[in-house]
Amino acid sequence: MNTIKKEEVQMRPYMNPYLAGFLLGILLLITIYITGRGLGASGGIKAVVLLLTKTFQPLHWENGAYFQKYALSHTGNPLDTWLFFEIVGVVIGAFYSGLISNRVGFRIDRGFRITNKTRLLMAGLGGILFGFGSQLGRGCTSGAALSGMAVMSFGGIVTMISIFGSAYLVAYFFRKFWI
Amino acid sequence: MGPLVPSIISNEFDLIIALILGFGFGFILEQSGFSSSKKLVGLFYGYNFVVIKVFMTAGLTAMIGVLAFSHFGLLDISIVYINPTFLKSAIIGGLIMGVGFIIGGFCPGTSVCASAIGKWDGMVFILGSVFGIYFFMEIYPLISDMYFDGAMGALTMPQILGISEVSFALIMSAMTAGIFVMVSFIQSRVNKIPFELPKKKVVRMSILAIVPILIIAVTGFMPNRLERIEAKANDPENLKAAELKALDSDKLAIEIVNNYYNWNIIDVRSPEEYKSWHLPLSINIPLDSILNREWETYFKQDFKKNIYYSDDIDQTKKAFALAEVIGKADNYILNSTSKEFRTMFFEPHTLQAGASKETVKYYNFREETGKQMNDLKKSLERFHSAPKIKKMRKVQGGCA
Repeated sequence: MNTIKKEEVQMRPYMNPYLAGFLLGILLLITIYITGRGLGASGGIKAVVLLLTKTFQPLHWENGAYFQKYALSHTGNPLDTWLFFEIVGVVIGAFYSGLISNRVGFRIDRGFRITNKTRLLMAGLGGILFGFGSQLGRGCTSGAALSGMAVMSFGGIVTMISIFGSAYLVAYFFRKFWI
Repeated sequence: MGPLVPSIISNEFDLIIALILGFGFGFILEQSGFSSSKKLVGLFYGYNFVVIKVFMTAGLTAMIGVLAFSHFGLLDISIVYINPTFLKSAIIGGLIMGVGFIIGGFCPGTSVCASAIGKWDGMVFILGSVFGIYFFMEIYPLISDMYFDGAMGALTMPQILGISEVSFALIMSAMTAGIFVMVSFIQSRVNKIPFELPKKKVVRMSILAIVPILIIAVTGFMPNRLERIEAKANDPENLKAAELKALDSDKLAIEIVNNYYNWNIIDVRSPEEYKSWHLPLSINIPLDSILNREWETYFKQDFKKNIYYSDDIDQTKKAFALAEVIGKADNYILNSTSKEFRTMFFEPHTLQAGASKETVKYYNFREETGKQMNDLKKSLERFHSAPKIKKMRKVQGGCA
């Protein structure tokens, strides 16, 4: 990871955060205006999980309580949902952005006190927790917190406070992974 | 009026739109630096607050936009998806996500962005969340009670606090401005850079902060779409126009029998009154919900004439006036009540002896027309082609 420094010199600087936030807000407003719903992320990953289960565990797909409930209201390919298409768009958009700003390349971001292996382990563990929590909380930072805030949803704002509050509460115990 | 899906844009095209909007979402997130976990968790250690700045600016911009759009009638908030509140799972789910955020360094959207530009930690995070989501589905039967506990419906913050949406937006704007100053201060302390507020920057930031507050204030003071329509409809001119376009019961009955397909016969009484009895082939659009978007197509079309009736001529005129304001449809009123119409055509009464020739003629005509209307209604119903109200579906949203 010694090359990071050199690459960062060539990278274009990030956008001004207030400008980026304003643009993101306008995008969210357009999304609500066109589709009547907000942006999301975890729902796109959920569609993949559903497809994997349907493909590789057909028996379980028929018997599992969650999947039975899902099948009641959805037929056809689980990927055939708004959020999955949106997430495909996110991948393309982020890649394009990285490309024009010279930020594409295989890398790992981590605190300087841990190894790459530890970082990947933590990323996987964090992913498990976030994935689980997003299902329980009916949405993640995008679908529940951000989109919920746009429509002044009580539940969305509770989830937002809960996510950031809990991260602040435990941040101290995980400081060696980051600083 | 928005939302454009599904009434204006088809559901198939909606997926293409998802792709395009997703592109913008990914692009902006990556440009903000959200593809770097070190940058993301910076806010929890005080060295980088970019997440708070982007997140709060975006949320506030969209919130003010939605508020103004719905106030001025560009967006029908009644069919926009508002995340329903399930208090217990929202809190517990949020707590778990917060821990996942600190440990993993990403949230789902940002992990996708990071993966897209080649970050291994982002990809592993996605893999983890696949397992996390699957785990939730597996233990769903065990936690479903908790999952649905504390259901409060599509509740909003202004409803909880008992304040107007405009006041809530103002409070949020003020709070956000305060947060921005605070985090800038903390960031410079943590990074050991002297905290400076040059006058030029203060002026610039204040001007920027005034814009949202101005938009909210304008929204608050301007009459909203409903108020504007009401005011126009109450114009005496409109009410007078109703009298010029009035049909009596006999004429309407003839139209029903001969030209029913040219008319929307609109009952503006309550659904209960409509249910107990209504004119043949009429549909029900209650006066107090006449401005709802679901009925808009009836007032904006110009291939069928609309005729309104109720049990109170003033109500009928009111409906006529509102319809005139909403759309370009050709509107008429029935100048008698539904009760009179019913007595005239559907309640057989004996003719008094020695009635004039004129009276007998009307009597025979009404008896015959009443029968014809009944026959027409029956035959249309047999072929399921009696007029029916199209039902509007609420948008399905959410992330989980």
